Amino acid sequence: MDILVGQLFTGLSTGSILLLAALGLSLTFGQMGVVNMAHGEFIMAGCYTAYVTQQVVGGAGVSLLIALPIGFAVGGAMGLILEVLLIRRLYHRPLDTLLVTFGVGLILQQVARDVFGAPAVNVTVPQFLRGGVEILGTTVPKTRLFIMALAVVAVAALALVLRFTPAGRRIRAVVGNRDLAETAGISSRAVDAGTFFIGSGLAGVAGVALTLIGSTSPTTGQSYLVDAFLVVVAGGLGRIKGAVVAAVALGALQSVFETYSTASLAKVGVFVVIVVFLQLRPQGLFTLRTRSLA
Amino acid sequence: MLRLRELTCGYGRSAVVHGIDLDVGVDEVVAVMGHNGAGKTTLLRAVVGLIPAMGRGTIEFADAAGNWTDVTGRPANRRVRSGMAYVPQGQQCFAHLTCAENLRLVADGRKRGKALIDEQLDLFPALRGLLTRQAGLLSGGQRQQLAIARALIGEPRLLILDEPTEGIQPTVVAEIESTIVALAARGGLSVLLVEQHLGFALQAASRYYVLRSGRIASEGETGTGAEARVREAMAI
Repeated sequence: MDILVGQLFTGLSTGSILLLAALGLSLTFGQMGVVNMAHGEFIMAGCYTAYVTQQVVGGAGVSLLIALPIGFAVGGAMGLILEVLLIRRLYHRPLDTLLVTFGVGLILQQVARDVFGAPAVNVTVPQFLRGGVEILGTTVPKTRLFIMALAVVAVAALALVLRFTPAGRRIRAVVGNRDLAETAGISSRAVDAGTFFIGSGLAGVAGVALTLIGSTSPTTGQSYLVDAFLVVVAGGLGRIKGAVVAAVALGALQSVFETYSTASLAKVGVFVVIVVFLQLRPQGLFTLRTRSLA
Repeated sequence: MLRLRELTCGYGRSAVVHGIDLDVGVDEVVAVMGHNGAGKTTLLRAVVGLIPAMGRGTIEFADAAGNWTDVTGRPANRRVRSGMAYVPQGQQCFAHLTCAENLRLVADGRKRGKALIDEQLDLFPALRGLLTRQAGLLSGGQRQQLAIARALIGEPRLLILDEPTEGIQPTVVAEIESTIVALAARGGLSVLLVEQHLGFALQAASRYYVLRSGRIASEGETGTGAEARVREAMAI
């Protein structure tokens, strides 16, 4: 029983990390179809935002809370610049987009190396997140609980914005039918830029949160990039629900495999499961179904 | 209301429509006819701004006071916000949004947004019961009514309709046709109508153009003898 509960929490925790890393990508890749290889570097920018904020502000607790919105702004601004300067010009050239964003990612890594140095830096975990909480006989680290809570909040906020606000309606309209959205008086360029801002901002938020469970180096983002793409593809393009279910499922799989083997073998196991799953269901877990093709 | 001069447009580098002059007057209904592939839809897409004009052709659009503006280089969304509305062929709607969201999309940010939605629901009462349904799950006729309602919420001065009754069940066709006639009769709205059914096109419009291979083969007033002239112009 204890082992099962422990497993469950580890799975949920790994899943919420995956989800945080993938949520922004589910917008920019899942909804807009842009393969942004620099998404990991936006996460890395969020990590360094948390680090810098802590250097400036001092108090670990306050700086974490301040760093979350700043991380959103930093990631979002970087995404916005990338969209306006490069991606906007390459919307009908997905391969070029992949190469260009990969290059931008490398540049950003080098910039981080020049500014912060190659060695990893650490962010001090605030007092109120140290230690663990006893849940059903298992000790769960508070940092993990915080990340779970943040993932829930981020998903809920994104879902509410998309469903109930005029801006969210416009995003869904442009994603659904670009030409028709233009003829409904919606500037698809402005909406693209806004969507990319939000998606990249979420990567920044993820970066801030991830400093709680690991150190930050210029290549931090890379390690999350593949996982984030996996979650979005397995979940099915265009559905946030898919990303949530896929992240939790992959997190659970990872933690179950880790119990019986090593972390890297577990990774292999997860990949195998995903490859088999995508053979059976190439469209992912959830797909959009309607009568019209439009 | 609308003035096209030497308008050439198409896809990529190949022109489909060649140097067309076309006028739509204030409160006038103008029909564009022609066989499949004659360039009717391409012409409308260029007018609303979904494809660019080629060469030195111009598209001019008059504001409410009658002042002409050259809109040739403007993106579609700006043309729509300045008073054009476009209902594409194929009953297109935002399939993943609910019926109500389809309407709100255009009403958002307008002072009279709510009232405008209500007005269209009075015009198409069938939509009232469908507001919470996903638009992609509606029938073709329902989606076309939704598409016209969505266009009208933008309070257009020029309504551009591409085959509004194509592929719709006959009982709904009559309803949509009478709505279009009633809208035009209400005043304050010009209509540019692409239509395959000569009968309805000649009844609704006061002037017509016949396109053949991207050029105007015939134009004139509707009325006595018009149908014979149109049929002759369309015959290959």
